[in-house]
Amino acid sequence: MSLIDLANPTRFLALTARVLPWLAGATVILLAIGLYQSALAPDDYQQGATVKIMFIHVPNAWLSMFVWGVMSIASLGTLVWRHPLADVAAKAAAPIGASFTFLALLTGSLWGRPMWGTYWEWDARLTSVLILFLMYLGLMALWRAVDDPSRAARAAAVLTLVGAINLPIIKFSVDWWNTLHQPASVMRMGGSTLDKSFLIPLLLMAIAFTLLFVTLHLAAMRNEILRRRVRSLQMMQASRVAFSSEVGTGSRQENASTGAA
Amino acid sequence: MTALSALIRRDIRIALRVGGGALIGVLFFLTVVVLMPFAVGPDLALLSRLGPAILWLGALLASLLTLDRLFMADHEDGSLDLITMSRTPLELACAAKALAHWLAAGLPLIVATPVLGLLLNLDMVATGAVALTLLAGTPALTFTGMIGAGLAVTLHRGGLLMAVLVLPLSIPVLIFGVAASQAAIVGPMTFGAPFSILCALSLVSLVVGPFAAAASLRHGLD
Amino acid sequence: MSGLDQGKMQLSGRGVACVRGGREVFAGLDFAAVSGEAVAVMGRNGSGKTSLLRLIAGLLIPAGGTIVLDGGDAEMTLPEQCHYLGHRDALKPALSVEENLAFWADFLGGERFDAAASLTAVGLDHAAHLPAAFLSAGQRRRLSLARLLTVRRRIWLLDEPTTALDVAGQDMFGGLMREHLARGGLIIAATHAPLGIESRELRIGGAT
Repeated sequence: MSLIDLANPTRFLALTARVLPWLAGATVILLAIGLYQSALAPDDYQQGATVKIMFIHVPNAWLSMFVWGVMSIASLGTLVWRHPLADVAAKAAAPIGASFTFLALLTGSLWGRPMWGTYWEWDARLTSVLILFLMYLGLMALWRAVDDPSRAARAAAVLTLVGAINLPIIKFSVDWWNTLHQPASVMRMGGSTLDKSFLIPLLLMAIAFTLLFVTLHLAAMRNEILRRRVRSLQMMQASRVAFSSEVGTGSRQENASTGAA
Repeated sequence: MTALSALIRRDIRIALRVGGGALIGVLFFLTVVVLMPFAVGPDLALLSRLGPAILWLGALLASLLTLDRLFMADHEDGSLDLITMSRTPLELACAAKALAHWLAAGLPLIVATPVLGLLLNLDMVATGAVALTLLAGTPALTFTGMIGAGLAVTLHRGGLLMAVLVLPLSIPVLIFGVAASQAAIVGPMTFGAPFSILCALSLVSLVVGPFAAAASLRHGLD
Repeated sequence: MSGLDQGKMQLSGRGVACVRGGREVFAGLDFAAVSGEAVAVMGRNGSGKTSLLRLIAGLLIPAGGTIVLDGGDAEMTLPEQCHYLGHRDALKPALSVEENLAFWADFLGGERFDAAASLTAVGLDHAAHLPAAFLSAGQRRRLSLARLLTVRRRIWLLDEPTTALDVAGQDMFGGLMREHLARGGLIIAATHAPLGIESRELRIGGAT
């Protein structure tokens, strides 16, 4: 994008610079309270202290889907409204979403070790999360594979939206597949005993993690905007060097220098 | 309509004449299936139990790998520019191209299934069930894979990246395709439920695929 | 009926800007062309001649400005009334010369003219049944030109149309363009070499 288009991102940078410290502070405080409450929560009579993994696992699992939702909205922004910040938002969200998804997988598997006696069980939920993780990685590979951000943005937006349509279908199929192959396995994570002493810290943790995502996302968007600025400045420099070596390219040079000013 | 049928006829004619798409796809399918006994051992009972899954995996890989160049060839020789400019909506043109691809590369896979079923010790009923589920499910594979083909043009990249992007999307088709064939062979499920879901998946992809492919092709050309 | 002999038609662009891969190719470009006129777009490499044609053809989105056609067919969009002859010939080597031409005639639709006559006009009638794979670069270009004759559209967007054509071919092509202009057509051609017909010059991207 040319520098003219960065007018809007400039306002974004100024705004986030003011908001980010507050967001980060709120995240730290909520996380502290949430962790403290989680530590105080009683052990499960069946699962023992293992149940406390849930306080980390559930927020991560929730965010793994929430982030895809955010990316889908951003993708609509890219394809329909052509908003200059939309593809920045989508690109910045992908690695963060992948990290949350990975943590959900990791905590799920750690939880499964004492429960199932194995680190990996082809449990319906874990399998769905694994597929989601693969899709995040694919999306990140796509972003990295293409040099031109505006072209990658279109492709990534299409893929994100197709993924959003497909995710419920995948979830449904995997659940169906799981009941087909393991009719005996009725064990579900989280269980049905959602006591108040359990629910409040869980909710706190969910909010804290969501805030953590918002903070990280805004920071990553800032980085991405700055990275693109550096890129377009470098391109201008390159074209100036290229054109100044030719003769009589006055108009192009003027363009470049007024743009950079 | 003449425009779309002209496009379909052209693509099929090229596929048959060059011998690239259709025949190599079937050959790949055959090779994958032949590899399996070497991996799991020539145990006929085991092979017949795994048969539907092997056939489905082979068909999945064969149809995705041949799809890679669905739009790429037209992009490289400039045809895609003219198709985009024409009065025919790009979504319909994409659908026509995918249909032509399915006719030229998907149908031969299904025709080859009975022969491969023999190699895997599948009886008549089992072979029939697999062929029927492939008939209902491969359109979904083609129309999902065309999204990847569209992205390949936009990104100027094909091959492995496209497979990585598209394969997770085809998991539901694989699940219900194999489940329906297993249901027909050993039960205890009824064949109808997974089979109708498989058909539904094909119908959904018939709508989503062309729109997504056209969205990534439109203005993604340069 | 396509009505090639309808009234006057004007293609104009106002403040057109083009950005490719994050780089501004040109900006604030104004141009106009009326029917019966040929415009030769000149400029050095990378000045955006091809981009301009692709913008008109709707294959690129302008980063700014507008391109409008006045007096064309109101029921069709601008790209649908254009022929685009790019660097690439849009030919399938596996199909015969005839089949290639027939496909584009069927696919593009509209009023059709005799394909055999078009092939004769571009001097390819002897090769009608041969696979396009056997054609030389110049012959491929001639076959692309036959497409412009078989399917009539009023606006021709030509990108370096004379490359690969020999002297006789360029003469033949000059004749075809003059005929097209006489019928009320409009030509916008990106070119380095002289076009071979009377044309107005549009310079982009500074002096050469």
